[in-house]
Amino acid sequence: MRMKSALAAAAIVALAAACGSGGGGGDEAAKPGEPVKLNFLSLAWQKESLAANKQLVEEWNKANPGIQVTYVQGSWDNVNDQLVTQFAGGSAPDVIHNDSPALAGFAADGYLLDLSDKLPADLKADIPQPAWDTVTFDDGKGKQGVYGVPFLQESQVIIANKKLLDAAGVRVPTPGQPWTWDEFSEAAKKMTKDGTFGVAWPMKSPVNKTLNLALNFGGTFFQTAEGKTTVKVGPEEKEVLQRIHDQLHKDKSADPAALGQGTADPLPAFYKGKFAMLPAGVYLRQQVAEQAPDGFEWVTLPPLKGTTTQQGAVSQTLSIAQDSKHPDEAMKFISFFLNGPNQAKLAKGDWLLPTSVKAAADPSITTKEDGWDVATASAKDLVVAPFLKVNGFDEWKSKVATPVLQEYYANKITIDEAAKRLVEDGNQVLERYQR
Amino acid sequence: MNGKKAGGVRRAPQYLALAAYIVFLAFPLVWLLSTALKTPQEMAQADPTWIPREPTLANFADAFGEQDLVGAATRSLVVALLASVITVVIALPAAYAMARYRSLVNRIAIGWVLVSQVFPFILIIIPLFMILRDMDLVNTLPGLVIVHVTFTLPFALWMLQGYVRAVPPELEEAAAVDGATRLRSITSVVAPLLAPGVVATLLFAFISSWNEFLFALVILQDPDVMTLPLTLARFVGPEGVARLGPLAAASLMATIPSLIFFAIIQRRLKSGLMAGAVKG
Repeated sequence: MRMKSALAAAAIVALAAACGSGGGGGDEAAKPGEPVKLNFLSLAWQKESLAANKQLVEEWNKANPGIQVTYVQGSWDNVNDQLVTQFAGGSAPDVIHNDSPALAGFAADGYLLDLSDKLPADLKADIPQPAWDTVTFDDGKGKQGVYGVPFLQESQVIIANKKLLDAAGVRVPTPGQPWTWDEFSEAAKKMTKDGTFGVAWPMKSPVNKTLNLALNFGGTFFQTAEGKTTVKVGPEEKEVLQRIHDQLHKDKSADPAALGQGTADPLPAFYKGKFAMLPAGVYLRQQVAEQAPDGFEWVTLPPLKGTTTQQGAVSQTLSIAQDSKHPDEAMKFISFFLNGPNQAKLAKGDWLLPTSVKAAADPSITTKEDGWDVATASAKDLVVAPFLKVNGFDEWKSKVATPVLQEYYANKITIDEAAKRLVEDGNQVLERYQR
Repeated sequence: MNGKKAGGVRRAPQYLALAAYIVFLAFPLVWLLSTALKTPQEMAQADPTWIPREPTLANFADAFGEQDLVGAATRSLVVALLASVITVVIALPAAYAMARYRSLVNRIAIGWVLVSQVFPFILIIIPLFMILRDMDLVNTLPGLVIVHVTFTLPFALWMLQGYVRAVPPELEEAAAVDGATRLRSITSVVAPLLAPGVVATLLFAFISSWNEFLFALVILQDPDVMTLPLTLARFVGPEGVARLGPLAAASLMATIPSLIFFAIIQRRLKSGLMAGAVKG
């Protein structure tokens, strides 16, 4: 009986404590004399990145007693579900971390503030125009606006097993002299021997990777004529698809076991020497640096060259909610958070590329260690991904492109059938967004 | 002695099957423990090891250093306990009425209970969020408790009315013949027989609330009120890439409160299941 009473008492105390700690949202209007409160939804999740984010918020709060920022950690997996509800309910965080593909829909629905007139000149000048292009969208009424500040970008590089690379006797590419796709294919074939494959293509989520790489041959996948956007899969778009497919099924230089895996899943086999090269986003270097067994030597190879070395850029962004009661204060915080030195810290923590020109020159992210020099150099080839501007891209991606590309890479359909479905089924999806 | 030995031999396959079942059930927990104690290098090996070669507590240090796991677990526990108790308190009399009084209204009510289970959460989450906002319950644990109760109630009702039906009405009639009022026959005759059903429903409601993620995600915004599933999701990055070590350490710690709850309640479940099994 005593035990039961104690448990009941503990539950009541815990409830009182837990319920009492619920704070109000950061979007409440500040009373005179009270500091303005802002909620900052951050998606940082890696240890170093988390530390960098928290440290910058602390620095800000210490230096700005009149504008206090509450750090709220979200998660990439479900941030858009969370935001859809909170936007609709009028209680979204003031400052929102997300990636640029998600912004187009929110901007068109009027949930994000157009920052065009609020951006400080020094922040605007420090970030090159191609990065601003990734956050410039239609406001749903035909007017273009800037709906976020882009601060971290990702390019596709190749992480390679140095011993296998050296043993194959192939030319080691540099940012100045990258491999062409032909050279890459040849190198992969040379490295395919004794049970080791030249390359692994983890294609569980194949769309962004394929579309970003397709720009190497001018593949845009979407075209707009007379105000109407349609899907396009011609020779330019087919080139990268065909080359990856050839490595898997014709040259047999790509590890078939990796095909259905997520980006990081093949790493254990990579460390074991089951394959020599892993095309991946620059951020994956962090896992390799942390997990690779002692004595495992790896290098970062620059992006491949088709007719160009261009890749589609997707940036991480900070936006301000349209309903924020304190947009000017939120902009001040963003300007501080994303200044050059701070972007360098954030980029280092996330193993990504900063958009800031000043940050890109920071010695900590231009060092040879862990391939930072190659990764940072790859930023020059990033251009706005054409699909970013397409209203309805998310649905096309999940309902049409993902299954079609998975079937094609698994050799279940031909490239012509894949192209037909991407276009016909895709246009049906896009049609709904353009009525 | 020989008889005992023969019995043991005969039972060996049963023991083996039981042992295999226990190993099967324990696998996730053991794997979680093993992962939580591994270094990043060992975790990323193609040939996984059961027993960590160089056990480390660094994952626990990272998990607890970065996130308020104890606070989140406390809040989850409070929400789950309250939601499960309130659910059962509301569902029990309703289930009794549904089971004992047969009418058109009752049949419609039972049908509605079933239909209500087919609506996807995502469909109702925005209107629900707006209702909670108007009631000033967004970002509060009472708001989350109300939502959990609302969504656990139909199934709890369905479960309990099945248990009530299993109690023969003749027992109540016999109690009435002996002079017991309806309330007395319910409390003294029906309630003890319903104990296992109540405990099972309590467990179901507790688990539903303890694991619930989506409603908590949209309702709770302040870091100081977030529940455990939200905190665990913070170890997962884009494209499903996760920090496995801290996630395993945090998940392992997250199982402890629910294990304690089960340990407290399971005796009641067992004794309830036995009640009335033997005549006399």
